[in-house]
Amino acid sequence: MLDSRKYLVAFLITAAIFGTAVFASNKLTGKKLEDVRDIESRVALDILSSETQFALLAETSCRDIGPGFLSKELGPLGERLSYAENQTGFDEADIESLKRSYFLLEIKDYLLMKRLTEKCNIKPTFILYFYSSDRDRCEDCERMGYVLTALRDKYPDLRVYSFDYHNDLGAIKTLTSIYKVRDELPALIINGTPYYGFKTVEELEQNVPALRLLKSTTTAATSTPTR
Amino acid sequence: MPDIQAIILYCSLFVSLFFEVFLLITYIEVRGEIKEEEKRDLRGITVFPSTTIIVPCYNEEKTVAATVKSILNLDYPKDKLSLILVDDGSRDGTLAALRKFKNHPQVKILAKENGGKHTAVNMALQSVTTDLVGCLDADSFVTPEALRKIIPYFDDLTTMAVTPAIKIHEPLGVLQHIQNVEYSWSIFLRKMLSMLGALYVTPGPFSIFRTRVFRELGDYKKAHMTEDMEMAMRMQKHHYKIVNSHGAHVYTVAPRTLKGLVKQRTRWSYGFLNNAIDYKALFFNRKYGHFGMFIMPIATLSLFTSFVMVGRIVSSAGSSLLHSYTRFRAIGFAGEFHLPPLDWYFINTGVLPIVVITALSLTFIILFLSIRLAEGRFRFSKGLFYYLFLYAFMAPLWLTQAIFNTVFKRKVSWR
Repeated sequence: MLDSRKYLVAFLITAAIFGTAVFASNKLTGKKLEDVRDIESRVALDILSSETQFALLAETSCRDIGPGFLSKELGPLGERLSYAENQTGFDEADIESLKRSYFLLEIKDYLLMKRLTEKCNIKPTFILYFYSSDRDRCEDCERMGYVLTALRDKYPDLRVYSFDYHNDLGAIKTLTSIYKVRDELPALIINGTPYYGFKTVEELEQNVPALRLLKSTTTAATSTPTR
Repeated sequence: MPDIQAIILYCSLFVSLFFEVFLLITYIEVRGEIKEEEKRDLRGITVFPSTTIIVPCYNEEKTVAATVKSILNLDYPKDKLSLILVDDGSRDGTLAALRKFKNHPQVKILAKENGGKHTAVNMALQSVTTDLVGCLDADSFVTPEALRKIIPYFDDLTTMAVTPAIKIHEPLGVLQHIQNVEYSWSIFLRKMLSMLGALYVTPGPFSIFRTRVFRELGDYKKAHMTEDMEMAMRMQKHHYKIVNSHGAHVYTVAPRTLKGLVKQRTRWSYGFLNNAIDYKALFFNRKYGHFGMFIMPIATLSLFTSFVMVGRIVSSAGSSLLHSYTRFRAIGFAGEFHLPPLDWYFINTGVLPIVVITALSLTFIILFLSIRLAEGRFRFSKGLFYYLFLYAFMAPLWLTQAIFNTVFKRKVSWR
């Protein structure tokens, strides 16, 4: 005979499994967002500290600026955000707000870097990268992203600042208007010069003076035998 | 659109998970009973009902002799066991192979023009006078104790048919090893269905019936080339009890090639779907208990839900391949060395992976129980490995064809 209690039990167990999955997933996603927020506040603190140090620079010399001057966590923060953006389960509004603060932190870091290079006469090694997360608006952005990740892996000193071209953040609009960046993505600004369209690692190394320099110093450093 | 897809996917997962949970609860309920059955003393059997085994053959000159010998070797009183070998108009040497047994006192040989398996069995059924009757396909072999294992189930006078546990004869190669695991799964599933009174197939190899079943319900029908499913459904419709003897082992020759396997499975899936349509009145009918309320609907639904889930696996695999290809086009092999940071943050903790992992764990548990039930103990085999990684990609080959054939054919016949 039909034992409807068994169906009820099976249904409740299945529903409990689903419920637990939803609960666990929400908890873990919340934890991840917290993680990103933590890094953002650390980066903000790093930048504030660097700015303060920079303000004091008038009284010190460029030699006092150590390797930890610029925040190391901007790259990992970007990776986390781009991972979260491609996953379901994260709240879009949360991600959007985290992205906006990330872009602002990037711009602050960039300004600091720029002032540093001017003042201390360091060769600039940074790239401004404008992309679109909408695949229809930028077919090559995914490929370009891989190239920039590969470049950053190759040259740890290279700072890549990536911005969503279509984000309505005022600071990004100002940035694109300063450099007159056209809506032809992907777009790279290296030393004030715009480069449009997809470029391979080799193309960038050959055609961009700053990278050529970076390449030759890296090669020289690695090919010089230690005595 | 993606939302509808997600809803369908989650519903499919819910249904599959529900079914797994239901099976496991059933197993927990009946495991004691299964143990009792396994302990049954076969030597103590005193009453042996007279039994006829029909062997329908069509172009099976190579295997039929071994099939017949395996029946003659059954540990069963000779005067209680007879065989009817039917040649269904074979075009090879099958009839000659059968005639080698013509002088055997237990054997009777019939020959007819080709008309399909059901016609061959029906012809033999006309001359059956024994209490019990069963079939054995000419590509299958029984173990000597198989019939003795089956007989005690007929002590229950309401039992009208007993189905065996079917295994693969000497599995070789990836495909047959996969089928070997799949058959173990079937042995478990059929045992559970038997306990629920919801078996929907009395397989061609060695299902034993009370002869009166055919006298009362009629002969086999063509039934979309799956007469063994139709007979079981007909019996369920008339509340005739079918049980399974998981200890009665029958070995069958499995298809060696993918083409052969797809052809066989398309026939099975198509047959199931069309017989289910013919017996749709049983669906969601409380009169038919688990069979009507749950097993038939879920077995039909699972033909479609497995599609949805496999579709999802294939599309995820495809999209990850596409990303790899895009990366390869961008930076060649250089990106292969860029390992994602070892951080829990990058582990996918969405609802879907958690549910899928749970469902897979339950699948493992059921596979473990299945292999233990079929083989006596669990052993990790390469077949299990192949099954886990390849089966999901093979099933759509026949499911697509079966569903397509059903829709197409139904459309034609409706006009």
